[in-house]
Amino acid sequence: MSDTVLTLDNIHVRFPLNRNWRGHPRAWAHALNGVDLTVQRGETLGVVGESGCGKTTLAQVLLSLQQPTHGQLRWCKESGRPNVQIVFQDPQSSLDPRLPVWRIITEPSYVTGQTAEAAMRAHAARLAEQVGLAPQSLNRYPHEFSGGQRQRIAIARALASSPDVIVLDEPTSALDISVQAQIINLLFSLQRDHQLTYILISHNVSVIRHMSNRIAVMYLGQIVELGETATVLAQRRHPYTRMLLDAVPVLGTRLPDTDVAAIPELPGNRVLPQGCFFLDRCAYRMQGCEQRQSLTSVHSETSAHFVRCHRFDHDEFDGK
Amino acid sequence: MMSAHQSDTPLGAAKTPPLGQAALPVLDIDNLYLEFPVYKGAIRALNGVTIQIMPGEIVGIVGESGSGKSVTAMMSMRLIPENSYRVRTGSIRKSGRDILQATEKEMRHIRGKDMAMIFQEPMTALNPTMRVGRQITDVIRRHTSLSAGQAREHAIALLRDMHIADPAQIFDAYPFELSGGMRQRIMIALAFSCEPSLLIADEPTTALDVTVQKQVLMLLRERARKTGTAILLITHDMAVVSQFCERVYVMYAGSVVEQGITAQVIERPAHPYTRGLLGGLPENAEPGAPLQAIAGQVPNLADLPGGCAFRNRCPLQGEVCSQIPPLMPLADHPGHTAACWITAGEAAHV
Repeated sequence: MSDTVLTLDNIHVRFPLNRNWRGHPRAWAHALNGVDLTVQRGETLGVVGESGCGKTTLAQVLLSLQQPTHGQLRWCKESGRPNVQIVFQDPQSSLDPRLPVWRIITEPSYVTGQTAEAAMRAHAARLAEQVGLAPQSLNRYPHEFSGGQRQRIAIARALASSPDVIVLDEPTSALDISVQAQIINLLFSLQRDHQLTYILISHNVSVIRHMSNRIAVMYLGQIVELGETATVLAQRRHPYTRMLLDAVPVLGTRLPDTDVAAIPELPGNRVLPQGCFFLDRCAYRMQGCEQRQSLTSVHSETSAHFVRCHRFDHDEFDGK
Repeated sequence: MMSAHQSDTPLGAAKTPPLGQAALPVLDIDNLYLEFPVYKGAIRALNGVTIQIMPGEIVGIVGESGSGKSVTAMMSMRLIPENSYRVRTGSIRKSGRDILQATEKEMRHIRGKDMAMIFQEPMTALNPTMRVGRQITDVIRRHTSLSAGQAREHAIALLRDMHIADPAQIFDAYPFELSGGMRQRIMIALAFSCEPSLLIADEPTTALDVTVQKQVLMLLRERARKTGTAILLITHDMAVVSQFCERVYVMYAGSVVEQGITAQVIERPAHPYTRGLLGGLPENAEPGAPLQAIAGQVPNLADLPGGCAFRNRCPLQGEVCSQIPPLMPLADHPGHTAACWITAGEAAHV
């Protein structure tokens, strides 16, 4: 269970902005600022954070769509090249409208090596059955399907080449609640049957809580808290984790009757803060916060739990 | 003719009852059937929708895509292109005034002044070529007699009410310069600029992050309380409804299937569809356990089965379901109604 599939080592990604007349960038957008992460085989790793925290850039780095500016991505694989697949948020725009479904599903194997059409059709039929699509619908085109069925096609395509890792980028946020439940159940049963490794990127904390074994909370291109889902959600040691989880609407509760606070502006990533990245929004700031924080391990017997905050074991964090 | 004290509000005021009488609902949709004619048939978008919102009330409509929640909202403002739809029966009244019979000229007075709307994606709702300040003052000057300078002052005051730190600077900004949360606050300022008696918010926070969503909802509630505005919140997110709305309507396939106080509906849902929706939420399940998905598909609105629209997906279906169920009150929860022969019927006979 605990063999490592891939290791991210201090990954930085920055994008040039505003080039001057000589083509030199005048500013940078710092999308990822030192991400360290290992992914174990067969686990679901949830990644949460607000928009602009680098979730999508992380997915692109994993898929080698984006080369890290600094740092290393290491696949722990004896032979062959790593195989990563992705399921996107919007199945409307991520499926080629001009291909019939069987061609969409077998596209990954078509790219990696030509196969005879009959074999590919048989392969597509097998995959369609696994994801709960009717085999007779394979000659149809994506627009003839509902949102939930399209997402099933996208999942079948991701499964086609038996990938090492599947990145799920907001797989259910474009779907209705009742369809979301079906897709989550499908993802679970596929994982059980095929020992799949998922990296689940979402801003929906309840989906993450439901699906992931481990959770990584990202803020401004860094992981600020990483650990077993239940531990992280219960202890909330980083002030940002706390703020994020407090904002999640919970069934059966009312909005707090406090006054409206100034609405938080999400941090810009053009100029990185000098000290702790979360300092501006932190309710617990104190001496020491003007230093850059490192991801340190919380001593706990159960499992590895890392927090990027120097006051993670402060009394206030428990009890509350 | 209108009496003297009503003449300062020339529109709609004639039908406002004098103080002391029971207030009219700000929005009263009564048994509305609406369809969109298409080639050889019609898409029956609304099939008997009845919704009442009292002044100052915060009411939610939840439902999945295709349930008719957005059509209801758009129709309340008459924003659907004329001639593209057909109203079979039913009426919509805004504070007693018939919306379906109003002329387009009258509607232009009502929209923005008596009722306002906030959309999901503020970037597409704001004009990208105009500074946001101008967009707000346009609305104010259209509906009041303020001068340009006074309108500007009023707009800046509105922006300040939105907890915007430097309203004068934001006043001169273009929408693309602002973050999603800031744009949505501009939309809210715009909606409240003439202190409407009803605000329709169609998925106002779906495009926002949870931290921003919470603040936007609190802001909406604060403004509504201050101006006495009723809010109709349209969403697919049960948790948001639970946090924000006093009362909720659950819609399915163009009709209201359950209505009641939010806490009661969420704690003890009476309609099998509402039960299915709540049961399918990951919040209500053990992590890792399979979720209870509702079997089957939403029916095709062009070809609705007879009887209860949820019949084919319902775990409780029986003989009676071939009749369309009306909204029936539950015996133990006064004011909580559900359109199901089986669950509502049982409770009513206890």
